[in-house]
Amino acid sequence: MSLLRYESQVRPALVEGDKDYHQVTEDICRPVEAKPSKLWWIGFLISVGLLIFGIISVIMEIMYGVGQWNLNKTIGWGWDITNFVWWVGIGHAGTLISAILLLFRQGWRTGVNRAAEAMTIFAVMCAGQFPIWHMGRVWDAFFVLPYPNTRGPLWVNFNSPLLWDVFAISTYFTVSLLFWYSGLLPDLATLRDRAKKKWRKMFYGVASFGWTGSTKHWQRHEALSLVLAGLATPLVLSVHTIVSFDFATSVVPGWHTTIFPPYFVAGAVFSGFAMVQTLLVITRKVLGLEEYITIEHINVMNKVIVLTGSIVGIAYLTELFMAWYSAQPYENFAFFENRLNLNSPYGWSYFIMMGCNVLSPQIFWFKKMRTNLTVTFFMSILVNVGMWFERFVIIVTSVYRDYLPSSWSTYYTPSIWEVGFYMGTFGLFFTCYFLFSKFFPVIALAEIKHILKRSGENYKEKMDVIDKESVDQFAEEQLHDHH
Amino acid sequence: MAVKKFITGSFYDEEVLFPAVKKVRRAGYKIHDVFTPFPIHGLDSAMGLRDTSLHTAGFIYGITGTATAVGFITWALTVDWQINFGGKPFFALPAWIPITFELTVLFAAVGMVLTFCYLCQLAPFVKDHFNPRSTDDTF
Repeated sequence: MSLLRYESQVRPALVEGDKDYHQVTEDICRPVEAKPSKLWWIGFLISVGLLIFGIISVIMEIMYGVGQWNLNKTIGWGWDITNFVWWVGIGHAGTLISAILLLFRQGWRTGVNRAAEAMTIFAVMCAGQFPIWHMGRVWDAFFVLPYPNTRGPLWVNFNSPLLWDVFAISTYFTVSLLFWYSGLLPDLATLRDRAKKKWRKMFYGVASFGWTGSTKHWQRHEALSLVLAGLATPLVLSVHTIVSFDFATSVVPGWHTTIFPPYFVAGAVFSGFAMVQTLLVITRKVLGLEEYITIEHINVMNKVIVLTGSIVGIAYLTELFMAWYSAQPYENFAFFENRLNLNSPYGWSYFIMMGCNVLSPQIFWFKKMRTNLTVTFFMSILVNVGMWFERFVIIVTSVYRDYLPSSWSTYYTPSIWEVGFYMGTFGLFFTCYFLFSKFFPVIALAEIKHILKRSGENYKEKMDVIDKESVDQFAEEQLHDHH
Repeated sequence: MAVKKFITGSFYDEEVLFPAVKKVRRAGYKIHDVFTPFPIHGLDSAMGLRDTSLHTAGFIYGITGTATAVGFITWALTVDWQINFGGKPFFALPAWIPITFELTVLFAAVGMVLTFCYLCQLAPFVKDHFNPRSTDDTF
């Protein structure tokens, strides 16, 4: 056992400071058990305010119909679907961190996976709002489900990417929720056993499902997480692939391309990691968890951002190349007149996208930038602005000047209720996140304890003497021994 | 009826726990259970627990999902109500792959979690308690 625990000194510690198991419990449970700070209340109330604005916007839309939005003849999908794709994309990082990195045995995921999974669930909840309310007659939303009905029975069209979306998003939400919650059980049990107040005992008692920590239960729990991770990995790739099919299977120039699935998935991971950075830079500071979400974590995630940002950049260039190389006049027009041309009505949005997504993340080639919190925070916002514009560019610039020049004149700007709806999802997202950070442990307790003796700073120091002596010294000794 | 005797012990480090588990088993006693705050690899085999077959259950649930999706869509679109979508075949298997895949994952995940909860007897309002510190730092 002790041999297996060995980890190279070259790797920085994932848990800093002098910790034992009890100290880890104390540190992570502290924010949950303490009274919420003033900062928490301010943030929470702003989020609730935004949520109320969103609810009013949606009520306006229900009462007066989709006409409340400034959609027009050629732009039937505007901000609404842009926001949908944007939120779904953000919702990819959590499962990627928890599932793919679990399969790859990346130890650093333990510090950030819980918060990232929670973020995923909230982001998917926000994303789901858009197609639902976009239906207009939302009381008929259950028509998307295949159930025996009085219309024939006329089944839903299983060949349609829009229906694939229904299945993909709802499956993704369910599986992410199960994955997240089954991981939470042991940690909720810890909170239950520490609870002093009656309502806390009740609340965490119910929430932890009577978890005891029995070895047999752990064995099954491990098997469950591993299989769920194995299932979630192709699932996370499939979800954004299917979202991209909404566009790619159509015959609209600018949408009809085979590059979309990998390009969308890379973009999703890119924006998701950026959102994780935004949240964690704040969370670690406010909740005092700097020793668990270390600079090293931020550094590693910034590496993922520069990688995926560059993949997205290559995809953009490939698209341009294919538009030119295909010599297809409509394709050519969509890319070189509607997008790349700065003098065209929406040319500016294409250049914002390029600047934020492709150029700006390149500063993360420098370690100094990757480990700088201010730069990271600023960049994480910039990336998400860029990724929002990517979806806007794809959705709006492909259709606003279509085959029929007589319908070209209308310039699409969102109405106040479209903006309000979008702001409202921010409200929903952050309200959920604030509640989560107050009532649930934001770091996976049991998993940190699991890696503590391998990657904790104080344990690493004691690990092995051989690893501590300098390489030069070692080489010299060897030289003397052999000659 | 024979009287059963239980002896409990608690440890502050899993490195002490391991030799203890081995010694107790060598001495011929049966270990009822060990409660730990985090999963300890190798403890299950040291205690003589057999491997879990949760994986197999997951596989069966997954296959059920696949069969449900393919079977149902085939029946709905080729038998029950045929709709001509632009002259394409009614049996359009490639277009059903996304939904088939999603249902496979959904069935496997939901089925496994429910099985897990059933096997471990986990549910809201279940009260099972031994040592409150076994979820903190005691083994």
